[in-house]
Amino acid sequence: MAELTLTGLAKHFGKTAALQSVSTTVENGEFLALLGPSGCGKSTLLRLLAGFEQPSEGSIHIGAQEVANAATGRHAAPEDRNIGFVFQSYALWPHMTVRRNVGYPLEIRKLPRAEREARIDAALAATALQPYADRMPSDLSGGQRQRVALARCLVSDPTAVLLDEPLANLDVALRASMQEVFCDFHQRTGATMVYVTHDQAEAMAMADRIAVMNEGRIVQLDTPEALYARPRSRFVAEFIGDGTVVPLSGPQHSGTSCEASLLGTRLPVKTDSPSPTLACLRPENLAIAETGDIRAQVARATYLGGRYRLDLVATTGDALVAQSLTRYAPGSQIGLTLTPPWAFAAA
Amino acid sequence: MTRAIAYPSSSRSEGRLLTLVLGLAILVTLAPVARLFHEGLTAGGGLNPGFLAEVLAKPATRSALWHSLVTAGLGTLISVLIGGVFAFLVALTDLRRKAALVFCLMIPMMIPPQITALSWTQVMGPSSVFLKTLGLAPPLGAPQPLYSPGGIILLLGIQHTSIIFLTLRAGLRAIPQDAVEAARISGARGLRIWWQVVLPLTLPSLLGGIAITFVTALGNFGIPAMLGIPAGYATLPTLIYQRLAGLGTAVLAEVAVLAMLIGAVAIAGILLQRFFHRRQRLHLTGAGGRALMIPLGRARLPVEIALWLMIAAILVLPMAGLLATSLVPAYGVPLRLDTLSLDGWHEALFRQPATRRAFVNSFLLSAGAAALLMALCLPLAWLMERHKTRAGQLFDSLLDLPYALPGVVLAIAMILLLINLPFTEATLYGTIWIIFLAYLARFLAVMFRPVQSSLRQLDPAMDEAARAVGAPLWRRLRDIILPLSAPAAAAGAILVFLTAFNELTVSALLWSSGTETLGVVIFNLDDSGETVMASAVAMTIVLVVMFLMAVIQLTSRHLPKGVVPWQS
Repeated sequence: MAELTLTGLAKHFGKTAALQSVSTTVENGEFLALLGPSGCGKSTLLRLLAGFEQPSEGSIHIGAQEVANAATGRHAAPEDRNIGFVFQSYALWPHMTVRRNVGYPLEIRKLPRAEREARIDAALAATALQPYADRMPSDLSGGQRQRVALARCLVSDPTAVLLDEPLANLDVALRASMQEVFCDFHQRTGATMVYVTHDQAEAMAMADRIAVMNEGRIVQLDTPEALYARPRSRFVAEFIGDGTVVPLSGPQHSGTSCEASLLGTRLPVKTDSPSPTLACLRPENLAIAETGDIRAQVARATYLGGRYRLDLVATTGDALVAQSLTRYAPGSQIGLTLTPPWAFAAA
Repeated sequence: MTRAIAYPSSSRSEGRLLTLVLGLAILVTLAPVARLFHEGLTAGGGLNPGFLAEVLAKPATRSALWHSLVTAGLGTLISVLIGGVFAFLVALTDLRRKAALVFCLMIPMMIPPQITALSWTQVMGPSSVFLKTLGLAPPLGAPQPLYSPGGIILLLGIQHTSIIFLTLRAGLRAIPQDAVEAARISGARGLRIWWQVVLPLTLPSLLGGIAITFVTALGNFGIPAMLGIPAGYATLPTLIYQRLAGLGTAVLAEVAVLAMLIGAVAIAGILLQRFFHRRQRLHLTGAGGRALMIPLGRARLPVEIALWLMIAAILVLPMAGLLATSLVPAYGVPLRLDTLSLDGWHEALFRQPATRRAFVNSFLLSAGAAALLMALCLPLAWLMERHKTRAGQLFDSLLDLPYALPGVVLAIAMILLLINLPFTEATLYGTIWIIFLAYLARFLAVMFRPVQSSLRQLDPAMDEAARAVGAPLWRRLRDIILPLSAPAAAAGAILVFLTAFNELTVSALLWSSGTETLGVVIFNLDDSGETVMASAVAMTIVLVVMFLMAVIQLTSRHLPKGVVPWQS
């Protein structure tokens, strides 16, 4: 186990920059999720860590060992890094049985036969795969294949496990159970794990910390709770969770509290910025009250099962999202009261 | 985020190995072609455009060029007519026994052209054993109708039907059913769908197929040699052959110019085909739907009968003629139970030392070429796929050249390159090695492309997973890449063997006494009037070819898509 340190990392493909000046540290034993929309550079970052790509700038350390450095041209090949990698496509070798797939890393390391068999059996047991040991990968279901891939990377005690959207090809029910498998695996082994996904629910459910990426940069790295409650940019506020971002003006600090103008009225806001300019309004910040001093018109009501999501337009023209237990016809006027929203400076 | 392209991944040992095998492959395939162009441009010392113009201005050159263009052009037209009908019906309708039909349609392509020519002359003309047996032979002294431009055109057309068929069928299969369904929902009906949807979508593959058929027909040597030389009708390949056979290496510079001329036309055709191929890919991206399937209804049985009659006419009939000729005691005798004789077979296969030598030569040459090319192409294709170097990409676009160029052109190039080995007095001309090296150059593409297509379908994660668990280069090649591409490599090897075993165009100019190949033996036997023996050897080769094709067909279930050329 080791921590991963990235310093000023960048990767260019031709003229396009897939990754720009990424510096961060993944703590020893941490489960870090890389979250972002398609093309944000999260898979590139993972492949740099694995050594499938060489960085254009910057360096990577695994533990104390420098594995890549663009300035000195140092590049440890993936086969020399002792990392585990779980592929989106599972990448099981179709011509080998489950047992041989799992045992191949040990074959490479020339372990004595008895120890090899023992470790394969342990890995198969940990992933509940013993009954399938002599099957071919083509005879397995998607979830079973993913477990084989996990067993294969578990068997050789890697210093870190990198996972590239491992659940993207599975159906919803299977995803939930595989999430448990990954979390159990992380708790039991204490391995440093870096997990790429575009599904925020997946990242929130499993990760210790989430690095939200956009256009080749990490825009915010925080715990799931902090990302949701205290976004630091419009992108994160809109990307994570439901809600809208509205402009605010005239923030006035008094002691630990702060008040600002938004939606046409003065309201208390929560902030740690001396001069916030935007507020993130989650549905739970809004309560529907006939006496509310903020007026809005319902643009659309969407039934979510047990409750409705209301898309609103405030009199100031700002879009808002609220939740309600009753249906409102589009066009109806409603009043709102606000609990203090999170305010931040536009980055 | 998905990875659309295989990212280059670098490792020094892979880079070094790539440089090594790529260098070897370039030396084998492109050095002869480069040498030829050098000779053509500098014939007579220095850059000499005068010599070029002089050769090109000769009446013989001009008429041969014209003959080549006419026969290849009209032959392509016949291929388009037959192959097009078959492709549309096989790809888009609910015909039965499609696999058998396609297999039979492929046989003419796999049978060497000189045998095609020989077998057709056996069903026509005054000496035809076949016609005599049926009592239909024209009177003695009547001309052989196939010894004419028309005969050459007809047989070129039949020989290359399957190229049109294969390219067009692939294009038609790529049309998703919903493209046609969308047209019908929009109100298009009947011929309008064909005219406005199906045809525009298949046009690039059809044009690409036409270009490559034309190039292949242009380079064909066996048919114009067997039919045109007796008629005094020379095309460029036969003109080159006659010049060189008559005057020896003294006219090398002149034939180099002729070879360049035909090479230039061929390259134009290849570029055209590439252009259309790219166009097509642009059209049909992400066509994942089911392929079209049009019910023929009551017309199905008549259509099936018509197609099988066509197969009978272009495959069974000439083979029957060939078989009949091989079974008579002397050429011209009608085949009856009392005249039936295996003497021709016995004499040709067991007595004639040249035939025996040729069998051994052809077998060793083609098996050796297949084995060596497999060993070269596997690492080459994989490393080129993983490391997109500029040299690799250039090689990828040029490696078809020795296969696409007419065989005589390649033969001339080999002679120029090897008649004097650099820095020595030694020569490979007249030895079997010049034929072997020519085969390596010519058939590298045949081996490389199936392996490449199978490796392209291989998930790059297969290799990356092995790297991540610490497998070094040679372990990955042995444990992952080799087993996963072995079926394609085997199919490629059989194809190389098949094409090399039958080949005449290259060896026609490179053989000498003792290094005959089977193609040369048949050509020489027929040339010296031993038609019965020629037919017996030819029949043997046809049986070997059909046997090997059947082997591939039967194992095709275990092969990745796109490896067996006549299946898609």
